[in-house]
Amino acid sequence: MFTRRTVLGAISAAAILGYGSSFALAQDKMYIPLISKGFQHQFWQAVKAGADKAAADLGVEVTFEGPDSETQVDRQIDMLAAALAKKPAAIGFAALDSQAALPLLQQAKDAKIPVVAFDSGVEGDIPVSTASTNNIAAAALAADKMAELIGDEGKVALVVHDQTSRTGIDRRDGFVNRMKEAHPKVEIVAIEYGEGDHLKSTEITKAILQANPDLKGMFGANEGSAIGVVNGAKELGRQLVIIGYDSGAQQKQAIRDGQMAGAITQNPVGIGYKTVEAAVKAAKGEAVEKNIDTGFYYYDKTNIDQPDIAAVLYD
Amino acid sequence: MSATASTGIVSMGSKFSGAHRLLAFASLIALILVFSLASPNFMQTSNIIAILQATSVNGVLAIAATLVIITGGIDLSVGTLMTFCAVIAGVVLTFWGMPLGFGVLAAILAGAASGTLSGTFVAKLKIPPFIATLGMMLILKGLSLVISGTRPIYFNGTPGFTQISQGSLIGSVFPALPIPNGVLILFLVAIATSFILERTILGRFTFALGSNEEAVRLSGVNTDRWKIAVYALAGSICGIAGLLISSRLNSAQPALGQGYELDAIAAVVIGGTSLSGGRGTIIGTLIGALIISVLANGLRILSVAQEWQTVVTGSIIILAVYTDILRRRRL
Repeated sequence: MFTRRTVLGAISAAAILGYGSSFALAQDKMYIPLISKGFQHQFWQAVKAGADKAAADLGVEVTFEGPDSETQVDRQIDMLAAALAKKPAAIGFAALDSQAALPLLQQAKDAKIPVVAFDSGVEGDIPVSTASTNNIAAAALAADKMAELIGDEGKVALVVHDQTSRTGIDRRDGFVNRMKEAHPKVEIVAIEYGEGDHLKSTEITKAILQANPDLKGMFGANEGSAIGVVNGAKELGRQLVIIGYDSGAQQKQAIRDGQMAGAITQNPVGIGYKTVEAAVKAAKGEAVEKNIDTGFYYYDKTNIDQPDIAAVLYD
Repeated sequence: MSATASTGIVSMGSKFSGAHRLLAFASLIALILVFSLASPNFMQTSNIIAILQATSVNGVLAIAATLVIITGGIDLSVGTLMTFCAVIAGVVLTFWGMPLGFGVLAAILAGAASGTLSGTFVAKLKIPPFIATLGMMLILKGLSLVISGTRPIYFNGTPGFTQISQGSLIGSVFPALPIPNGVLILFLVAIATSFILERTILGRFTFALGSNEEAVRLSGVNTDRWKIAVYALAGSICGIAGLLISSRLNSAQPALGQGYELDAIAAVVIGGTSLSGGRGTIIGTLIGALIISVLANGLRILSVAQEWQTVVTGSIIILAVYTDILRRRRL
């Protein structure tokens, strides 16, 4: 009889057959799950690519998971719980909310499973190492480039993804503080937050441009914000110096077309790679650096196709 | 009042879902068996507790959704209402520094108030439930962000708060069974709601509204009042879900919640409750919620790639509803 039980059984059996090979390997290979803040976004896929590369180079098994959106704190906790149940050699974790994850992180520590934090990291002293971009220094570089391109004086504005996350705060402060210290004639007239949403950031940009007819430059602090700034300027037909952050097909195209002067790129592939590398070291009981700087670059039309830059950009 | 007629409807509903319940239960057992055979890490106390804990919030939300769905309605606001109630608890406990009991009460009352409002939109203003609760979903999402100042509210000033979900009363009596209180609360809510549905007049009218609202109204019953009562009860259950999730995260996360209504509705449907109303059980919903969590956890334990996990879950939902249709055609 065609019952749901038989069908379910068949599906599960197929799933197990399909993944049986990797499962069998899991018995003798070191297993390291990475629990990320996201999954579908191209940035996270680039981190995953780096993690997979390290897994192949170092002969370990890596899985990569993250919730659908960065608000789903509880879903991330469930993923962490399932990862712990698999008795991993070490865990890579990018916390959405470090406090909420604390009971499980403590459980990992008690079970002597080393935790390597990546991207925005994990607060507290549980992680043995943190692999992340120095966002403050990276945003300061964006400020220097902006000042250079607008002639070291005039009005600029920022569209940032949010005011609560570590990356949002660091990129904003890195940019603003560098301007104040090194470029006193540049005035920051507005800092707005668009949740990294293309459309919201576009609307915000248009409002800022309407309010400031003499604005010379804008900084978009992540991929969505930067695209929003480009779109807003385009819709109003305004010419100004736009500096973005991260990459993605649209942003790369805007740089090639000259709508965007340039952008800061992190090294997401490097974040994934270094996280797995540190996790393997920690699992073997070797010493690991407390903070691993995964690096950043400024890229524009002139160097976008250079091999070292192209390697860290993603579509 | 047609008490006999509605009793008839109730027993009919139970007969229908009795068979489905068995089917759903068998699927759950089959899933558990398959995952246990596939990985030694699945059937372990700590993992079973992780699964139950992951079920607690969605299970309670699904119970709330079940009530509304049995009346022939739908509640899209359960997820953001949960968040709203969590934020209200945060305001009372963290911003105002009041004792734990007030926070618990405020969350449940906020849920009941919001449910009453949704119910009034549906019953009195005749706004279709899909639209009324879609509107409420967005309103509550926005209000949660406004009230919290778009930041998570932490409960560090109320140390007992995390115990609501993370503590273990059962574990303190039987140390071998460290079942978290959140899971205990899920089962208590299930038992209480089941009792209301099967044994009280509110329950009878819940089924009757879904089967033939017009007939009930023509027999002289104030259907509007009962409908509002069902939405209010569902709302207060969302309040309990809000306490569970914020206690588990030690924080009210104001941006979370949208999308959670879909998981709740999936659990209801897998559990054999009819989306056209008049038929359904709480135990079915509970099993539906467990199937979703077991599936999510098991696929993770087997290291199935994340993009495939959602494909499998979606397929299971469609299969579940299709077998239900097949089975009813045979009856």
